[in-house]
Amino acid sequence: MIVPTMAEMMAQGKQPEILFWVGAAGSYDDRAKKITRAFVKILHAAKVDFAVLGTEETSTGDVAKRAGNEMLFQMQAMMNIEVLNSYEIKTIVTADPHSFNTLKNEYPELGGNYKVYHHTQYISKLIKEGRLTLSSKKLNNKNVTFHDPCYLGRANGEFESPRDIIKKLGTKYTEMKRSKSTALCCGAGGAQMFKDAEKGNKEINVLRTEDAIEVNPEIIATACPYCNTMMTDGVKVKEKEKTIQVLDIAELIANANEL
Amino acid sequence: MQYIPNILFAILLIVGAGFFIKNIKKIIRNIKLGKSIDRTDNKSERWRNMINIALGQSKMVRRPVAGILHIIVYVGFIIINIEVIEIILDGLLGTHRLFAPLGGFYSFLIGSFEILAFLVLVSVTIFWIRRMVVRIPRFWNKEMKGFPKNDALYILYFEMILMSLFLLMNAFDINLQNLESPHYIKAGAFPISQFIAPLFAGIAEGSLIIFERTAWWIHIIGIFIFLNYLYYSKHLHILLAFPNTFYANLELKGKFKNNSTVTEEVKLMLDPDADPYAMPEENPDAEIEKFGASDVADLNWVQLMNAYTCTECGRCTSVCPANLTGKELSPRNIMMKTRDRLEEVGKNIDKNGEFKDDNKQLLNDYITPEELWACTTCNACVEECPINIDPLSIIMDMRQFLVMEQSAAPQELNMMMTNIENNGAPWQYNQMDRLNWKDEE
Ligand code: SF4
Ligand code: SF4
Repeated sequence: MIVPTMAEMMAQGKQPEILFWVGAAGSYDDRAKKITRAFVKILHAAKVDFAVLGTEETSTGDVAKRAGNEMLFQMQAMMNIEVLNSYEIKTIVTADPHSFNTLKNEYPELGGNYKVYHHTQYISKLIKEGRLTLSSKKLNNKNVTFHDPCYLGRANGEFESPRDIIKKLGTKYTEMKRSKSTALCCGAGGAQMFKDAEKGNKEINVLRTEDAIEVNPEIIATACPYCNTMMTDGVKVKEKEKTIQVLDIAELIANANEL
Repeated sequence: MQYIPNILFAILLIVGAGFFIKNIKKIIRNIKLGKSIDRTDNKSERWRNMINIALGQSKMVRRPVAGILHIIVYVGFIIINIEVIEIILDGLLGTHRLFAPLGGFYSFLIGSFEILAFLVLVSVTIFWIRRMVVRIPRFWNKEMKGFPKNDALYILYFEMILMSLFLLMNAFDINLQNLESPHYIKAGAFPISQFIAPLFAGIAEGSLIIFERTAWWIHIIGIFIFLNYLYYSKHLHILLAFPNTFYANLELKGKFKNNSTVTEEVKLMLDPDADPYAMPEENPDAEIEKFGASDVADLNWVQLMNAYTCTECGRCTSVCPANLTGKELSPRNIMMKTRDRLEEVGKNIDKNGEFKDDNKQLLNDYITPEELWACTTCNACVEECPINIDPLSIIMDMRQFLVMEQSAAPQELNMMMTNIENNGAPWQYNQMDRLNWKDEE
């Protein structure tokens, strides 16, 4: 697929409308790469002039910070800010709520000031501006529920954009008991993604998947690559992978609009 | 001789209030052991938070049953305190029902106090049932053993006794008023105690006076004991909830603070013009900055105030994903342990004049790394706390100490961080492969 990089843009003397921040999971993780590609298809469909940093992108440092390594976080942040500022980036869109949160909230103090959107927010904006129309045929009346990513919902107060999109797709939407500001974490945050859980009597992702199963979804919609992994694993543990799909909102749209 | 009760009362008042003030000073001193943090911005939003969350209890009613009962007890507590003003003045002046000349309004006041006292009695009984009979799980977590469990019950019993005494006192008073006993002027309305009063009809006037006086004295002594018990109890929140909500973090929950010392260092490291061999400026007085927190004095004063304010309600723990899945971590316990350690440090200072090393600290001796590493930083605890306590900030500061001062992260996290250093991603992938996704599928 056509994915211009900032370096290429610069060589042509062009400045894209947005920078798409892909994030480590979106770049390397096989499951998350599908989400990345789905989002690029949407950007193309809406004729958004975008670019990525490509090999110039590196970890935001978010996970290092949550693990307690402030030094490594700030090193990463400052390196990224240098690159971003040299390209005079104004607007960043990312499908990873963790990158979203740190770019938006923690980079400004270090010299990185950008307008940062989570992809669900940006898609909502495209819809509002009439640049993207969602087709409600394919997912019509599908039972869908949505798992709020902590770093999009509670951490940044964004609850509506993902829900609006899901509803616009013609789905039959059901809210989980714990949702929005009281949503339960998938278990990946705070660097847990990269380590085994402490001793306990259950895995957090299984508990969260049970929350979802309670409302009988055909699709569990996610908006974070890490949540997606966690919920997918949870569905497997519960042996429901035949009846329940775990899909990112970008993938829902790409499916519905047959992109 | 006739002034003996007045004098006794004055002594009681001075001792009761004196102890209370002494303890409050101690709390302030202990809170000030924390590092400074500026929370004076945005005054209007801070006032609004205090009024909505502490005074208006807006976050309490997210759990409606407990919330509404709590508001009844709280409103009762405040309003009945107006009556305590009269009681104190009566005690000092040797008067009885000093405010009676207010007439109809006085009757209205006493009538309202009675109804409130009754409602408080009912609410507190329901609280007790929820705790002891229904056994709501958050009241029975591991950390709720021994004093924390009893503390909650003591207060419930206290409230029950105080409210009953108030109503009993009035019931005796009604009988004395009916007997037209001198001193017991006809005043007040007694919507509740009028039903208790008939029980004591026919008792001789002398005995009634003794009963009435006894109830009166136990009631006011009870109030002084309650006041001074606060210091030892989770019930400090009735005072501290106000400053606590005022000084709470106003930033988005996802925004964690950046350490400015680190920023300076990183800037130097990345600055191509910096002389790598330059000696840092010698400043023998400069303390070497310690990253993160291993003891209470490394936390900021708002975090320490949080610890004193915690009501031990366990709402945070009841939504914590780690705790719900049986991990050792409980955000409530993080707050309780911080307070316990702070108290220990405070006693150490009381004894030695200044803090003498006791070979203990918050980390390990109270809060274990196992607890700290179980946190997903999901902010559910922060969101849930009815008085805006932030257990997560303490967890993060302590993690920072573990990683930056002790390199004591779990092995897998060390690998993750090494990967970020080497190839800019938490996994071992080649930086040059970052864009491969565009040609796959
Ligand atoms: S932030 Fe940590 S302590 Fe608080 S609820 Fe989430 S996992 Fe538990
Ligand atoms: S931190 Fe807040 S929610 Fe948790 S026990 Fe204390 S008062 Fe309750």
